[in-house]
Amino acid sequence: MTAHDHNEGPSRRKVLECMTWAGTGVLWTVAGGVPTSLGIIDRALAQQSKGFTFLQISDSHMGFDKPANPNAKGTLEEAIGRVKALPVKPSFMIHTGDISHLSKPSEFDDAERIISQARLDVHYVPGEHDLIDDEQGKLYRERYGRGTKGAGWYSFDADGVHFIGLVNVVNLKAGGLGNLGNEQLEWLEDDVKGRASSQPIVVFAHIPLWTVYPDWGWGTEDGARALGYLKKFGSVTVLNGHIHQVMQKVEGNVTFHTARSTAFPQPAPGSAPSPGPMKVADDKLRSMLGIASVTFKQNEQRLAIVDTPLQG
Amino acid sequence: MTKMKSVSKIVFAGVAALLLIVATPAMAEEVAVKIGNFTFGPQELKVKSGTTVTWTNEDDIPHTVTSSTLAFKSKALDSDDKFSFTFTTPGTYQYFCSLHPHMTGTIVVEAATGSNASPPR
Repeated sequence: MTAHDHNEGPSRRKVLECMTWAGTGVLWTVAGGVPTSLGIIDRALAQQSKGFTFLQISDSHMGFDKPANPNAKGTLEEAIGRVKALPVKPSFMIHTGDISHLSKPSEFDDAERIISQARLDVHYVPGEHDLIDDEQGKLYRERYGRGTKGAGWYSFDADGVHFIGLVNVVNLKAGGLGNLGNEQLEWLEDDVKGRASSQPIVVFAHIPLWTVYPDWGWGTEDGARALGYLKKFGSVTVLNGHIHQVMQKVEGNVTFHTARSTAFPQPAPGSAPSPGPMKVADDKLRSMLGIASVTFKQNEQRLAIVDTPLQG
Repeated sequence: MTKMKSVSKIVFAGVAALLLIVATPAMAEEVAVKIGNFTFGPQELKVKSGTTVTWTNEDDIPHTVTSSTLAFKSKALDSDDKFSFTFTTPGTYQYFCSLHPHMTGTIVVEAATGSNASPPR
């Protein structure tokens, strides 16, 4: 199926055909702050929209070699292969953390070598696995922290969209969840002050900013305060990783979305004794790993997130 | 502090006595805590002062052993890595995994009895 098949929009036949792609992705449209699901689509339809597209990859875990995926390097290479094969080149990539498994230089090197093959700018935020060198993140900050504030937060504009990369994996408190901290929150408040409420906002951070499952620490203690500063905006998209599975929630003007890992899947909340790496049958693994593409249609305030598994 | 008081007038003797206390580990106990399925087991542990507790990470994901007051803090423990800490002061020590803070544990250290007793405070 190519983009050309969709010149006249998804006819019934096409929709039915696309049904066989179930799991490939769901297109969400946000118009005037009211999200509408357009149903199951394939990657080609999203590409057809001629909007501004960027990609999200997450949780590469270079160095992971346990039974859940002994070859995390190989599956990252496959994911980047997918990126290179896209019919329309995305504007850039964001990586929502856990680049490495143990913050080792060789792991960051492997990630850099493989991800750079996509020939795209990459905007990173750290996961907790990226800050566990002896000097607690020195390696990450040396490699990815240029121009960032505090533990590595920053913002930038692209095609009229304001992107905000947050760090919620440092100074975690006993018994708690992810944590942004006062300094970062004050910076955020200041960063969005004075921006037009019509400007689309994309926030990305490693741990989900919404509470997915507190028993497993899947949430951010002070995430609600961050979202409070974004209340006035008509279109807010929150992209996270950490939980190694796709989850989506829409609340008012805010769409929350988590991406798959490229390394290994984790169980659905509460479905296993712990959130540890989930071993699945070898022929299932690639259906649980993948990347996400996000498209904005400038004039229609449209936003589409399409998750693409490595195999599907 | 009676023992300490008796030697406090002579500084060198005091230091020597301290060295003696530190250098008599024969009576010290060793206790293991497993880290598995994102939990510390046992979650609460009572030990005598002087006990060495050793944590072993049995998960496929790294964890840390971090005291809430930073009295002790391990590096990130990869699978099968160990961390040991000897508790010499009675008290209650709360700790957690600084990577997965919903993982918490407690070590309660009681004053040791007998010749190996720590000086009471």
